[in-house]
Amino acid sequence: MKEANVDKLGWILLAAALFVAPWLFYPLFLVKVLCYALFACAFNLLLGSCGLMSFGHAAFFGSAAYVAGHAAKVWGLPFEASLLCGVAAAALLGVVFGYISIRRQGIYFAMITLALAQLIFFIALQLPFTHAEDGRTGIPRGRVLGLFALDNNIVLYYTTAVIFLGAFALIRLIMNSVFGQIVRAVRDNEMRATSLGFDVNRYKLLAFTLSAAIAGLAGANKAIAFKLATLVDVHWTTSGNVVLMTLLGGLGALFGPVAGAIVFVTLENYLADSGLPVQLVIGAIFILCIVLFRRGIVGEIEHFVRRR
Amino acid sequence: MNAQVLFGQLLIGLINGSFYAMMSLGLALIFGLLGIANIAQGAFYMMGAFFTWMLLRWFNVGYFAALALVPIAIGVIGMAIERLLLARIYKLDHMYGLLLTFGILMLVQGLFVWLFATAGRPYPAPAALSGGFDLGFMFLPKYRVWVVFASLAFCLATWLVIEKTPLGRTLRAATENPMLTRAFGVNVPALMTFGFGVGVALAGAAGLLAAPIYSVSPIMGGDLIIVVFAVVVIGGMGSILGSIVTSLVLGLLEGATRVVYPQGANMVIFVIMIAVLLVRPAGLFGRER
Amino acid sequence: MADPVSLSLHDVHGFYGESHVLHGLSLDVVRGEAVSIIGRNGAGKTTMMRAIMGLLERRSGSIIVKGVETIVAAPERIARLGVGYVPEDRGIYSSLDVTENLLLPPRVGDDCMSLVDIYRLFPNLEERRRSQGTRLSGGEQQMLAIARVLRTGADLFLLDEPTEGLAPVIVQRICAAIVGMKEKGHTIVLVEQNVDVAAHIADRHYIMEHGRIIDLITRSELDARSDRLKSALGI
Repeated sequence: MKEANVDKLGWILLAAALFVAPWLFYPLFLVKVLCYALFACAFNLLLGSCGLMSFGHAAFFGSAAYVAGHAAKVWGLPFEASLLCGVAAAALLGVVFGYISIRRQGIYFAMITLALAQLIFFIALQLPFTHAEDGRTGIPRGRVLGLFALDNNIVLYYTTAVIFLGAFALIRLIMNSVFGQIVRAVRDNEMRATSLGFDVNRYKLLAFTLSAAIAGLAGANKAIAFKLATLVDVHWTTSGNVVLMTLLGGLGALFGPVAGAIVFVTLENYLADSGLPVQLVIGAIFILCIVLFRRGIVGEIEHFVRRR
Repeated sequence: MNAQVLFGQLLIGLINGSFYAMMSLGLALIFGLLGIANIAQGAFYMMGAFFTWMLLRWFNVGYFAALALVPIAIGVIGMAIERLLLARIYKLDHMYGLLLTFGILMLVQGLFVWLFATAGRPYPAPAALSGGFDLGFMFLPKYRVWVVFASLAFCLATWLVIEKTPLGRTLRAATENPMLTRAFGVNVPALMTFGFGVGVALAGAAGLLAAPIYSVSPIMGGDLIIVVFAVVVIGGMGSILGSIVTSLVLGLLEGATRVVYPQGANMVIFVIMIAVLLVRPAGLFGRER
Repeated sequence: MADPVSLSLHDVHGFYGESHVLHGLSLDVVRGEAVSIIGRNGAGKTTMMRAIMGLLERRSGSIIVKGVETIVAAPERIARLGVGYVPEDRGIYSSLDVTENLLLPPRVGDDCMSLVDIYRLFPNLEERRRSQGTRLSGGEQQMLAIARVLRTGADLFLLDEPTEGLAPVIVQRICAAIVGMKEKGHTIVLVEQNVDVAAHIADRHYIMEHGRIIDLITRSELDARSDRLKSALGI
């Protein structure tokens, strides 16, 4: 099969799966999967395009969750406007974080983003509107397009699915655009891109901001869907979780983060009943992933198919 | 302003600074030799504190015996982890080292939360070091003075070994050019295992020193290591003395902030990191690797 | 140690990442002899030295050092068979001073020079013993690189272009030192672009091209075949 056809088939399968899923699974579970999948896609956008591994993406996810929750509950804004507020907050934070962190690469970039996100965590702990340890609770879901009440879980699910599909298509579009090609060129050979006259840092900053904004969309959507934004959303373990989801799915594979998020959320739900601490199991999976199967789920499947 | 409060906080700052120094020294040693930004350093710090507590509670082994036993135990555990896990990923990008040690941090922290829950457990300062001196303007607890000196002694001893001994000479050579050093007959893989053990033993020793000051809890290491990462970004990992000084100064600044603007105390190091990155992207003593 | 063959390569293939550099290299070096490896840039000489030291990511075939097969051995194990390596870039450590550079390699054999002997051979090094290794001049760095392996007691030496880029006076001193090593009965494998140096030191000359040995010239044939030697270097 040609690559374009594989691609088309992938999209059709994805859309079909999203359509039938609520008949097979609990809708709120699926909403959670989609929010985390989008979060992981946003993370992967930065990693795949720029080769920059952020260890602080919870900052964008969590602040957007707080801001969207605040907008919906305190300002009484409609669903769409609340989402946009969250995205705008995350994008703004993304510009600032990006400006500071893209000066360094590799390990240092990861350490800096981790530290910056920890600063956001402490700020969230202090600011009154986050309600510190209690978190922002009782966020109203509102109505989508002013018509359909999101308190209906099926409506909520399909709304989330449309948002996810739209953002996923947007990420695809960005990656295939001229901009996407340039950032990949920067990733592969920064010196060469610089000598060709590209303002390397500007492209990196833009990619960082886009990634932050989409992570924000995921966080805002999650906060409204679950009526809750808490310190967990900005904590470093959440930053780590999104890295794990992407790693689990397979670094660089387009559908990897989706697969990773499905496994992760399923696991988290399962562990919640088992009495085993989530962190312990997640840590063990992290280790296994890196030592034994670095290609991740989608990567291993691709590798298997290619070998046949 | 009350002098007791001011100097008390500065002393706490100095103590935190000396913990940062021990942690960042271990971090720099490991990063230089293995190319791994060992975020699990936080877990070894926590284990150091816990082992100290366990020795006393379960085996009635006191503080000074623990001072010898705990760093060795942590070092041995570290060396086992290095052989078992880290040694498999040296050929990969440095990023995988951070990811793997992140997994180790989560695993160890999760394990201790499971076994001991998150509540802190007190550990009494040893009798010989309890009490303190009344300086008139403030009360100076003996144990806190001891901690500053002990941790600086650990740091200086590490510095001396690295700069002045045959072992340190070999460590520096293996850090600079591992393959050539092997071609001279030095068993660099064994040296890396040893170096990792020493690096995490420093974290374990810091945890031991911290046990009587902070309550012993499974989550005490995770937040600390993020601060230490910021310290390392500020100071760079090139110079040992540079990172010790950076750590102490940052600890003092943190203490001073706690007096002036308590809410900002746990943010100040991150804010300084931002400022340094804007002015000197490579850090104060930075050598980009 | 009865084996008269000190080093034997048979059908050695070596790779740098994806690129295949050594293509079935074979040669033998008898104990106590000095051989030179001559060839143009890119012929694979340095790669061959690295292959012998176990420094290549991937290599195959057979490399026997003093009767021990080392094709899968780690570099430190190979060095400990009594091999002294002077790399092409001299490999002086900038984080070590001159004395530390000298003292770094562990003993690998019995017949080793003391620090006093070393400083007698290269007085410059004693004068600069507290200097950072990489602050030395090129010639001093080369002396240091050679002195460093003389101290270890190795008796098989791999010298990768020890006279490259040095002033004639320095070249003479380096040559004298290498001849001294040979007179002590040490085995020497010398990669050299300078025909005069090679002719002065080596008993046999292997001509290398495209990662394999294509010719062998002995000392007695040298006058008759000096054109061949020069053409191998593209002079």
